[in-house]
Amino acid sequence: MSLDFDSARLPNRDLTEEHHAWRTQLRRFIDDEVMPHAAEWDEAGDIPAWLWTRAAALGLLRLGYPERYGGVSDGIDIWFHNIVNEELARLGVGGVAATLMVHNIGLPPVVNFASEAVRERVAPPVLAGDAHISLAITEPGGGSDVASLATTAVQDGDHFVVNGSKTYITGGMRANWFSTAVRTGGEGASGVSMLLIDADAPGVSRTELDRKQGWWASDTATIYFEDVRVPVAQLIGEREQGFKVIMNNFNSERLAMAVGMEAMARVCLEEAVEWARERKTFGKRLADHQVIRHKVAQMKQRLNATQGYLQLVSQQYEDGNVDAGDMALLKVQASETVEFCAREAMQILGGAGYIRGNRVERIYREVRVNAIGGGSEEIMRDLAARQYRF
Amino acid sequence: MDKILVGLKRVVDYNVRIRVKTDGSGVETDGVKMSINPFDEIALEEALRIRERGEASEVVVFSIGPSDAQQQLRTGLAMGADRAILVEAADAVDPLSAAKVITKLIEAESPELVILGKQAIDNDNNQTGQMVAALWDRPQATFASKVELADGKATVTREVDAGLETIEVDLPAVVTTDLRLNEPRYVKLPDIMKAKKKPLDTTPIADFGVAPDDAFEVSEYAPPPQRSKGVMVEDTAALVAALKDKGLI
Ligand SMILES: Cc1cc2nc3c(=O)[nH]c(=O)nc-3n(C[C@H](O)[C@H](O)[C@H](O)COP(=O)(O)OP(=O)(O)OC[C@H]3O[C@@H](n4cnc5c(N)ncnc54)[C@H](O)[C@@H]3O)c2cc1C
Repeated sequence: MSLDFDSARLPNRDLTEEHHAWRTQLRRFIDDEVMPHAAEWDEAGDIPAWLWTRAAALGLLRLGYPERYGGVSDGIDIWFHNIVNEELARLGVGGVAATLMVHNIGLPPVVNFASEAVRERVAPPVLAGDAHISLAITEPGGGSDVASLATTAVQDGDHFVVNGSKTYITGGMRANWFSTAVRTGGEGASGVSMLLIDADAPGVSRTELDRKQGWWASDTATIYFEDVRVPVAQLIGEREQGFKVIMNNFNSERLAMAVGMEAMARVCLEEAVEWARERKTFGKRLADHQVIRHKVAQMKQRLNATQGYLQLVSQQYEDGNVDAGDMALLKVQASETVEFCAREAMQILGGAGYIRGNRVERIYREVRVNAIGGGSEEIMRDLAARQYRF
Repeated sequence: MDKILVGLKRVVDYNVRIRVKTDGSGVETDGVKMSINPFDEIALEEALRIRERGEASEVVVFSIGPSDAQQQLRTGLAMGADRAILVEAADAVDPLSAAKVITKLIEAESPELVILGKQAIDNDNNQTGQMVAALWDRPQATFASKVELADGKATVTREVDAGLETIEVDLPAVVTTDLRLNEPRYVKLPDIMKAKKKPLDTTPIADFGVAPDDAFEVSEYAPPPQRSKGVMVEDTAALVAALKDKGLI
């Protein structure tokens, strides 16, 4: 028994031959085409255009979307998605997956809630990797308190006139469309609608955010809307029902992030154990010092707990009865696990870990974006506590 | 051409560090990742390319092995094979018995081309393809790095010790693949899902009436001796001295 990425994964009885085959092919693609360049792309702050096309051909971008838009959904369950998020996290370059897969937060609102005409225009080119869509909810004035968002959309005939701005938008510099949360009604959640805004519509402008702690390969933008005219037909879901769309999205985003974080934590374990077996101090291997052995055991303990929890919530998600509180706490469980494992792995690697160009160093820098983005730890606990109505 | 028959053996994945069972009866396969023998994957890729060029109409894959070898056959179907045959054998099959089973499959399927890997990376026997050609009494072109078909013949470039050799064989024939023949494709997700619905027939090996080869016996598996750690020497003189020390020169 070793503690590498695969052997440190608890068995999952729900996995079938198709899941294994998908993992095998994905692993091959990532190891051959992505892994050798990922760190370089991260340093350069971008990923090459061909990656989208190739990822689309393989099925990576198309996974889970209806066949009529070029997707692959027949026979697809949550485990196919989890495998993708695990295998991409194994790169240890979060920015690559964040930008490559950003349509998985931007497109579902369109595919699930927009008009057929909008779906047909947007989904096929995005799933083919030829066009891009981002999700624009967070504003300079605040991210956690979604219900207080300030971007307004005022109806004028068969158009809305949109004013305001969005920030921290992943893929925002490249996006052709934004699935945007706007205020069409009064205060609070009941005044929020979702609207598809074309990035090239007059009055839309964007600037790239300054350098980030991690996720370098992923562009992050601030988007400005100045009297942008958007057809009413581009409403995503019903007017003033935007919160339903947003909440629907959050569950799948949080699950995807939790899967990625658990896998990143597992990468930390793999790297730390490999190093501990090689490195000698005070006349013996690091792996033979009790303090280090306990660090490894603690990492595995937390990984086990996270994996078990993940399997349970994934099953509930698959059955369509996921508890939003459990989902929120799963995200916290995963971010605390990756935080712990990144820390302990870094300690085991010592100085070698601190030098740029290894997976643990990158994961260490990507802990916080996972603990804050998609719902911060504080907000997740608050959400859970409210669900329990004690 | 009507049909190409391709063999896919289930082996321990080439990335896995092999561990011998403590009782020496074989290598550890419990919980170990299994894959299509890489040479066989190349064989299937070549068959698919031939079919895609319109030079063959059907690609049939087979495996001789445990019921789990269905996984490898499904992968073969996902890559693009039209149908699959599993000859189910719980125990390991020696090369001659495998060749006899394959010859019977050939009788039943009448392919014009049989493509096999030059060897399987488990036991590295490098015998089955040659034996099949002999039993079938047809030409063989082993270690292929290039295959071209025209006018009922195959022109095959072979990787031999002295370099490359090009030969021409009459079809039907057996071709075995070398590493440089092609680079197998990535299997796309929709094809993985579609493979479930393609036909996969299973027949127990007993139905082939092939008795195991008495002349072939595996007595024991043992791991290679551990390599001792190397030493760094300052210069050539030190190297020569070190080698003399060990009585190697
Ligand atoms: C790299 C990156 C990419 C992102 N990509 C996107 C994207 O594509 N689309 C998008 O819409 N957003 C995106 N975000 C935004 C992200 O979702 C927000 O950063 C997050 O929701 C938190 O919002 P905020 O940054 O405004 O923090 P704030 O809401 O201002 O909160 C600041 C801190 O206060 C805490 N806090 C807030 N309210 C409470 C409370 N009631 N009780 C206790 N503590 C509280 C929070 O937990 C946090 O720690 C991204 C962020 C980053 C960093």
